[in-house]
Amino acid sequence: MAEFEPKVVAFVCNWCTYAGADLTGTSRIKYSPNVRMIRLPCTGRIDFMLLLQAFGQGADGVIVSGCHPGDCHYTAGNFHARRRWILFRRLIEFMGIDLRRVHFAWVSAAEGAKWAELVTNVVDEVRKLGPYQSFPKRLDGQPKPVEVA
Amino acid sequence: MEALQKKARALLEAGTVKVVIGYTAGTDVERARAFFARNAEQTQQLIFDARCCQNLATYLMKPEVKALGKAALVCVPGALRTLMQYAVENQLADETVLALAVTDAGEVVELPKFAAVEEYLAKMPRGLTPEQQQELDRIDKLPLEERWAFWAAELARCVKCYACRAACPLCYCSRCITDVNQPQWVPVASDPLGNLEWNVVRAMHLAGRCVDCGSCADACPEGIRIDLLNHVLAREASAHFGAEPGYSTRKDYALSAYKPDDKEEFIR
Repeated sequence: MAEFEPKVVAFVCNWCTYAGADLTGTSRIKYSPNVRMIRLPCTGRIDFMLLLQAFGQGADGVIVSGCHPGDCHYTAGNFHARRRWILFRRLIEFMGIDLRRVHFAWVSAAEGAKWAELVTNVVDEVRKLGPYQSFPKRLDGQPKPVEVA
Repeated sequence: MEALQKKARALLEAGTVKVVIGYTAGTDVERARAFFARNAEQTQQLIFDARCCQNLATYLMKPEVKALGKAALVCVPGALRTLMQYAVENQLADETVLALAVTDAGEVVELPKFAAVEEYLAKMPRGLTPEQQQELDRIDKLPLEERWAFWAAELARCVKCYACRAACPLCYCSRCITDVNQPQWVPVASDPLGNLEWNVVRAMHLAGRCVDCGSCADACPEGIRIDLLNHVLAREASAHFGAEPGYSTRKDYALSAYKPDDKEEFIR
């Protein structure tokens, strides 16, 4: 059997991390192709539901990345996001979701190398963990009914 | 109980309020239900005892209840905290509701203003009780797989009846994410992912706002411990951001404010 290749979904900010990832490419820096990037206006826009849905649709790991504190295009989006993620992380940890699969980062538009390193590290870490089988899935868009004992 | 009936009668007869929202005997002996006394005669049906634990402040957000006119509200401590939070969230103007708190001695205290409610609440113990803390610590100490198994078993019983949402005084949005079907964020049927999503959404939307009245867990027909999710977020919001919802009308919702130096160690 081929080696397990993890799927990692990255929710990134349009103004910094997305541009940073562009820089990674234009700088010809190689990084793991396992990441699927989803561009959103701001980390403040990233709803925690998106993370759950990513896992539900087969992601093995998730990255959320945006502008460094103080650099937000909308002044304070990332500050709000930071507060939300502080609480959200604690909640899902309490519920038994593996925090080693959920990563947060600040990657600016100038940090192409940091982005490559981040993705490679996360993919390596998730590869070691294996597929996230215990998380309930909704692969075909249809909910799977609860099994009654 | 008599003191409450007398007070309610006096308020309605004087025309100070148009309706007294309180409790009356339920259909079985173990329960009390909400009761809207609109004239002096009906006040005889009001009761107040240990069965009266529902948070009646929930009704204040309903358009049909608002239409009844100024209300007096029989308040358990959770309902008083709810009034404070409504004030914080600009859902209720001062002096539009007359809170009636019943002391342990059975006396009825009139709290016509937010300031009076705040003062009344100042004497009460705050934060999670030692039992609540212990329960959180117990679950936190479980290994990851066991914690996940615990919640999978709890949430598998969820039938998405949304009784928790209906009972919660702070779930007052007129449009809820669960009512949206394009896209259908949360499936209607009971499925493991949807049940997880709904309960995470519910808890997160109450993070830093929940006044811990306990109505959600009381309302759950399956007895799912959804209050634990509120408690864990309340503990974090208090530890990180000093959130203490329900004790003052100061506008400081933890997730709509920020500090440039909020502390975290997990962002790379």
